[in-house]
Amino acid sequence: MTAEVVLEARSLRKYFPTGASKMLQRPTAMVQAVDDVSFGLERGTTLAVVGESGCGKSTLGRLLARLIEPTAGSVLLDGVDVTAASPRELLALRRDVQVVFQDPYACLNPRHSIGQSIGTPIRIQKTLSRSGEKDRVRELMQLVGLNPEHYNRFPHEFSGGQRQRAGIARALALQPKVIIADEPVSALDVSIQAQILNLMEDLQTTMGLSYVFIAHDLSVVRHIADRVAVMYLGKIVEIGDPRSVYERTAHPYTKALLSAVPVADPRAAGGRSRIVLTGDVPSPVNPPSGCRFRTRCPKAEARCASEEPSLEARAGSDGVDHLVACHFPD
Amino acid sequence: MTLLSVQDLRVTFGTADGDVHAVKGVSFDVAAGETVAIVGESGSGKSVTANSLLRLNFGADVRTSGRILLEGRDVLAMSEDEVRAVRGRDVAMIFQDPLTALNPFYTVGRQIAEAYEVHHPGTSKKDLREIALDSLRKVGIPEPTKRVDQYPHEFSGGMRQRIVIAIALVNSPKILIADEPTTALDVTVQAQILELIAAMQQEHGSAVVLITHDLGVVAEITERVMVMYAGRVVESASVVDAFATPTHPYTRGLLKSVKSLDTGRHERLESIPGIPPSLIKLPSGCPFHPRCSFASSLGSRCSTEVPELRAVGSSSSACHLPNERLLDLLGGAHDR
Repeated sequence: MTAEVVLEARSLRKYFPTGASKMLQRPTAMVQAVDDVSFGLERGTTLAVVGESGCGKSTLGRLLARLIEPTAGSVLLDGVDVTAASPRELLALRRDVQVVFQDPYACLNPRHSIGQSIGTPIRIQKTLSRSGEKDRVRELMQLVGLNPEHYNRFPHEFSGGQRQRAGIARALALQPKVIIADEPVSALDVSIQAQILNLMEDLQTTMGLSYVFIAHDLSVVRHIADRVAVMYLGKIVEIGDPRSVYERTAHPYTKALLSAVPVADPRAAGGRSRIVLTGDVPSPVNPPSGCRFRTRCPKAEARCASEEPSLEARAGSDGVDHLVACHFPD
Repeated sequence: MTLLSVQDLRVTFGTADGDVHAVKGVSFDVAAGETVAIVGESGSGKSVTANSLLRLNFGADVRTSGRILLEGRDVLAMSEDEVRAVRGRDVAMIFQDPLTALNPFYTVGRQIAEAYEVHHPGTSKKDLREIALDSLRKVGIPEPTKRVDQYPHEFSGGMRQRIVIAIALVNSPKILIADEPTTALDVTVQAQILELIAAMQQEHGSAVVLITHDLGVVAEITERVMVMYAGRVVESASVVDAFATPTHPYTRGLLKSVKSLDTGRHERLESIPGIPPSLIKLPSGCPFHPRCSFASSLGSRCSTEVPELRAVGSSSSACHLPNERLLDLLGGAHDR
């Protein structure tokens, strides 16, 4: 990879303590939410992180924005270790990494006008004067397709899609380098999802933004991703160029995930064979030994229980960016 | 054979801000054993329509009119006792969120047994337990003898939805209404639940009315689809026709918005401009006209006159555009 890496994760781990024993107030078990995750995000591109609930994708997003502290590992922003930053340094770093959340209803203060909410990062960082802030907020509202005259309206006066636009405007207020978008369209109606995805792509082109786009939906990701990472129980099981990951899928979990997506074409629906996984995702408190997917994997053998597969270049990938963690990849 | 016939259903909720016209004249039939989908975005009236079938729209000021004929008997004209006899026996419902649909204080076995006992009073404890066990087995819950005595919080989301399905099917209903049954679930679990609903339908021969916003789910399991917008049915067609040759601009827009897995990277998604209308202040004429790219070609007709459903090819569409233009303009939304 020759392109410049703007954000890098190195062996990130996050374990949450759980089940505190009554006597000692000491945690008796750990939820291994994110376990040894590494990747690089190139400037101006989009990395999509995909997985089902409980796979650790949102925890990963929060680690990258340093909303929570990692148990081990580091996050590098333009080569600077964010995890080691002092509170003062962190304030400056926060300008460069901003977050767009899933629920546009929950992430805006109902007692603040939409303009106030969008301007909050500017006030915290004191980058502009009060009047400068108002002008900038109006500019941002215009940019994301909101009417600047609605500056003084409150969140309840907007639709879900408009609120998500406000959430994006707020994330853009400090001209960040990286935006972590955690399921930004999952709560929206289909026709509105397309509007927001188009907006995010336009902003990326005009502002040179880099995105970490967290999603549970592989079809949404296909549109927006330059690189896709599939997570299962806290680990990346497959990562690479979406064309290769989608068309030359190597990991059995990715295969199952892809085949489970309902296709909006009744003629195709009858003809394809679907891999329906049995059972549920095991608990991240006590993940299976060896490969974590083995308990639901149609290809699992004895080796899978004893030896954990590492992320390696897919056989025959011929230099295409495509890594997979499986003992028996396709 | 027509099992259910809905005729000119209208539901209005009185609120402090004014009347919300959630459903404005919906008519459709469901035949025995058939799967029909009602598709629409939030606020289209699809859930209110589904709830009306069992008279489940509650509130201080709910006004319902029209007829809902279940094997010839009007559900809307029934006494409360008569409706209660229908609920869960002739018509059963699967809700979106399996956690709120289940009572956290009772074991799942007891909840399944209760659903049976309501319509079969006097059944012995022993038989009820057998029925509960059998239901759990049918919906694919492992270790039913252990699971039957557990509480809802001890199950995962997918397992809970299986239990809700077990409760709905315990009386072998003629009609199963599924309101967004997989929306709260992960994709791999969604696939399991859709297969289960299809298998159960085969076994019991129930008709299924599926309420969803997900066109992918519709394409997978249904035969007929009705598309709702702002309280009205704007298109009714076989699933194959609706997807291959949509006959309403809104259906076309929805299909194009769906991010099909076949579309390329960074390809621009076609979206429907604007936002769905407020049900308190609906636009005049066709409710879709402010967002419709074809409305201007018909002068003021779209903004003054409400279009009625009429036959277009083998589908029905509520659009003022002439038939040949509809088929011409909208056909082949899939063959970009």
